[in-house]
Amino acid sequence: MAASRRQRLGLWLVLCTCLLTAAAAVDADNDDVQVSGTGHDNAAGGPTVPPGTGEQGAGRTPETEDRRWEATQEEVEVVVEEVQQAGDQDQDQDQVVDPPSEPPSRDDFKEELVIRPLHSGDIYASFQFRTVWDTDFLGGQKVSHYRLFPKSLGQVITKFSVRELHISFTQGYWRTMQWGQPYLPSPPGAELWVWFQDTVTDVDGTWKELTNVLSGIFCASLNFIDSTNTVQPSASFKPLGIGNVTDHRFLRYATLPREIVCTENLTPWKKLLPCGSKAGLSVLLKSEKLFHSTFHSQAVHVRPVCQDPHCKTTSLELRQTLNVVFDLHTSGQGKREWSLFKMFSRTLTEACPLASSSKVYIDVTDNPQGEQFDLSPATPLLSQAGVLGDRRTYSVYDLTQQATFGPTRSLNTLLRWKSPEGDMLGPLLHSERYVAGYGLQTGEIHTLMYNNHPYRAFPVLLLSTVPWYLRLYIHTLTVTSKGKDNKPSYIHYQPSKDRERPHLLEMLLQLPPNSVTEVTVEFERALLKWTEYTPDPNHGFYVGSSVISALVPSVVAMDTNSTLERPLFNSFFPCKEETSYFMRIYTEPLLVNLPTPDFSMPYNVICLTCTVVAVGYGSLYNLLTRTFQVEEPSPGLAKRIANVIRRMRGVPPL
Amino acid sequence: MATAEVERKRGQFAAVAIAVVVVMVGVPLWWRTTETYRAWLPVNQINELAELQLQLSVDLEVVFSRGTLTPEQQKKVPFSRTTDKMHKVDEDTTLRYRYESKYRTANIMEEDALKQHTAAEADLSLHTLSESPCGSVVVYVIPETSALLPQDVDVYIGRRRTAVLRMGAQVRVGKNHKQLLAHLEPRIAQVVQVMSFSHSDITAALSDRVRLSPGSKESLADSMRSFKSSPGYEITFSLLNPDPKSHRLHWDIEGAVHSFIQPLLTKLAPLANFSIDSQILYYAMLGVSPRFDSRLEAYTLNADSLAHVINPVEARLGSNAASSNPVLNFLLYVPDAHHSPLFIHDHKKHPVASNAFHSPRWGGIMVYNVNDFYGQETPFPVDININMAKVMGVFLAQLRLMLGVQSSSAPPGFLVEPCGSAGLADWELDRLMWSRTVENVATATTTITSLAQLLDQIGNIVINDNIASQVSSTVTSLQLAIAELEAGNLGFALQYSKEAILASERAFFNPSLLHLLYFPDDQKFAIYIPLFLPMCVPILLSMIKIVSEVRQRRKMKQSKKD
Repeated sequence: MAASRRQRLGLWLVLCTCLLTAAAAVDADNDDVQVSGTGHDNAAGGPTVPPGTGEQGAGRTPETEDRRWEATQEEVEVVVEEVQQAGDQDQDQDQVVDPPSEPPSRDDFKEELVIRPLHSGDIYASFQFRTVWDTDFLGGQKVSHYRLFPKSLGQVITKFSVRELHISFTQGYWRTMQWGQPYLPSPPGAELWVWFQDTVTDVDGTWKELTNVLSGIFCASLNFIDSTNTVQPSASFKPLGIGNVTDHRFLRYATLPREIVCTENLTPWKKLLPCGSKAGLSVLLKSEKLFHSTFHSQAVHVRPVCQDPHCKTTSLELRQTLNVVFDLHTSGQGKREWSLFKMFSRTLTEACPLASSSKVYIDVTDNPQGEQFDLSPATPLLSQAGVLGDRRTYSVYDLTQQATFGPTRSLNTLLRWKSPEGDMLGPLLHSERYVAGYGLQTGEIHTLMYNNHPYRAFPVLLLSTVPWYLRLYIHTLTVTSKGKDNKPSYIHYQPSKDRERPHLLEMLLQLPPNSVTEVTVEFERALLKWTEYTPDPNHGFYVGSSVISALVPSVVAMDTNSTLERPLFNSFFPCKEETSYFMRIYTEPLLVNLPTPDFSMPYNVICLTCTVVAVGYGSLYNLLTRTFQVEEPSPGLAKRIANVIRRMRGVPPL
Repeated sequence: MATAEVERKRGQFAAVAIAVVVVMVGVPLWWRTTETYRAWLPVNQINELAELQLQLSVDLEVVFSRGTLTPEQQKKVPFSRTTDKMHKVDEDTTLRYRYESKYRTANIMEEDALKQHTAAEADLSLHTLSESPCGSVVVYVIPETSALLPQDVDVYIGRRRTAVLRMGAQVRVGKNHKQLLAHLEPRIAQVVQVMSFSHSDITAALSDRVRLSPGSKESLADSMRSFKSSPGYEITFSLLNPDPKSHRLHWDIEGAVHSFIQPLLTKLAPLANFSIDSQILYYAMLGVSPRFDSRLEAYTLNADSLAHVINPVEARLGSNAASSNPVLNFLLYVPDAHHSPLFIHDHKKHPVASNAFHSPRWGGIMVYNVNDFYGQETPFPVDININMAKVMGVFLAQLRLMLGVQSSSAPPGFLVEPCGSAGLADWELDRLMWSRTVENVATATTTITSLAQLLDQIGNIVINDNIASQVSSTVTSLQLAIAELEAGNLGFALQYSKEAILASERAFFNPSLLHLLYFPDDQKFAIYIPLFLPMCVPILLSMIKIVSEVRQRRKMKQSKKD
């Protein structure tokens, strides 16, 4: 009796386990489906999918196909009369209609291309397009009539009460050691940082919506920006425009180091230009050439700037920049000879008619007597500017002058090197970053910062964001310079929360002259849930670039007068003092391997447990339901043979 | 033998017990742990809504002025009277129009107002006397001899909700009140059809629910022209300047919007939210290169090629990233210096006077030639100021068409006061509100019934509580809207119908409905089979064995009895 009860209890247990396993398996699979579902949503462009009724959505395509185009006829004439009557009633209306009076130009567009030949034989071209719009968009009044400023961007800025917006898409890594400083630095992948106006109450919600809308505008995966990769730096990203809002509650910073930049990002970027890609410098922006390069970076910066020297009124500045480095070997076929046509497969024929200034600058600082390279056509215009702590000389081609284009009516600047090699002064500040350690449990992030200045120390701000799945051991943080401990004068550390926010580490460091400063911190790799892995988990997980912002001592006196007319490439970062200049560099992004499970495991586990359970259940079931009989033991072989013989003989068997 | 029998019985008992446990405990447990959460939906009410019975009630006031009724008739004319009209649109949709007419005689102030010199003045002073609520109509009946209306005009429709009707010549004073009313009734019905709604308007508004029999091409074009009802619209004016090298264009769009478009939109505010913006697009080319007509010394675009004009421009117009309302585009195209003047020709090869055309539910394009503003030898670029009054006149007409403000042709003998600076008469707004309310109700019911149908068909979809609450709020708003329509409160009905449509779309497009939709059955079986097959086969086999044994035994008993 007791045995049978135990058997029954066992059966119960087995049954329950089986069912639970089955249920768990189903649940796990549900999770998987949900994830793919949200991914699908994201691909569709975030929450701004226009709602319409099902019927409307279904009916939309045929409607557009058989759109009927009709001439607007009879109704018009009636209304025109009425409107003219109405116009007569309004006295001021007549003034607008009759004399063609010039309305005050309230926006201004400038374009510029800077070409810097690099000593490695590569060539660096930097496009800058700037639209300044004298409008009080911070004042809260609704701005809805656009001229040169792109409407799509303007609507976003007004809707989300954005004060400053900086977005960059970069393919490739800027090699500071070989190429020197870029005019505008940017990290590999996508970077977005936004200062909101202080009227915004729900900053996180606005940020989420904004990233989704921007992802639609720029055709990029910015919708993957969420709380797990957004930080609020306390010191590193100060507003670049006017305004003394320094409460970093209104700042959001995020990078997507994985983002691939390609034509689909360039097309919407070009659409923001008033001349599109039809006239002016933008005709050079052909994607088949631009993406056949070692480094490509495009950016959009929106910020408020002063309208006049006294800064009584503000303007909105939109700065679109595009930086590209063409490789000597892949684009230049190994010849140290560059022309506009070779770089962009186009030449310049006109300036954008809407631009108030349209210029091409070529950096000839290293070539004062023409001993390094030949430049043709020669230009008499030279310009000097203090750029990045150095005095540089530029040859200038003014595209608004018809003489620039010469008799062929097209400008194809040609640079031909004479000497095969040149040596470049190393940059004053550069950095390296790598992951050390072995195995899949722990590791160490090393950040190296080089101060190459022979006798001056200067301060740098280091910002690094590390995703939550690398658990930093902040007690292992060490900063050493020249073998000695270098105590940071300011540390802001925000620990991560699993699946909610990343680590944020900001430090103010003094770099001693002619030294290497090394920052190391150990981390542990976390195990992710199996739905949190990317589709290619064995590729590794990216950790975004660290940002080093520095005030680097300048060789020459910098120009602090911000109102002076300066070339665009030199007027982005405000310069506060003469002896130093602001510089920002980005380190390499890291690629870290996380412990990765075998993803068919859940199903294998299901199958295995089910088989084990089924075998156990089967034998139990047999034991319980079969009838058992005592069977006569079969006689031995000898006996059986004997019996056969006996039967043949007719004798009864044994 | 006896022990074997007992053993066999025990085995059978065990098999049955296991089967019972599996069926009673296992199956419900499995069912409960794997079922999807489905909140309760008001299915019955939704099914009721699927059969739409709309009743539209119009308050009608007929005021007899002095000299139209004899004292004897005055006594006998009833105070009020209700007429009903039933229409069955299709098997699920019935429409009932109820006209609640009130009859009274004019008071002294109204008599004074009707003695004004012109009908427009009378209209204005009648309006200041009393304001009639949204959706109602007041008809003043004046004697035949009155000089208020011109000779050949019988009915005058003002800018507000009043009409003035001249008593016909046939009605002599001597007739009794029944004949009088019988004579007036069809004419009043005509007035009401113009001022509130006609059956064709309402059936057009129901097009979301009811497949209309393909009527004439013209009416189809009319019904397709205007935008679908939506809680908001974005109006975008774009100035296309394909040739900024030659033309430097200036347009005072802010002033023009303020003085021409804004009054109309203010008037339309109860219907939807409107937002206006404008942009200038440079180097925006049309998709078709116009043909040079040497006879006219001008370039021409034929009506046939207009369909291809937009596509390249549309890519640059840009959708409004910050909202998801439908966009009405109005483009002003200034042809480049080498291709001007440019004229649009209609299907009969006649030039179109306005030089503009529109596309249903998209917007309008106007071609604005500027070559007359400068001579041959003027140096480029030329500064040109655009005459906004001319442009806005065309755009306003197109906007009215797009929004569905129909200037339906009035029957003969009617004089309709032009709509004035507001761009819209009160009764035109009422008309629009009637059809928009019906359209909203129709769309919301269709959405909600198809959602209910979908959820009913696909059992895998999770119905969250918030979807259920959206669905119930849709149903309540719909019921309220229908009730308000019945009561004749047009304003409230529109409000509720807008709420219904918003809630129904939020429910229909909720992304949480998609989560389990793509869960394939074959994967489910792949997970279940390793467990369920080895478990069920022995149970089934022993059940079959038991059943067959029982049957055999019964047969044996039967044969023994026999």
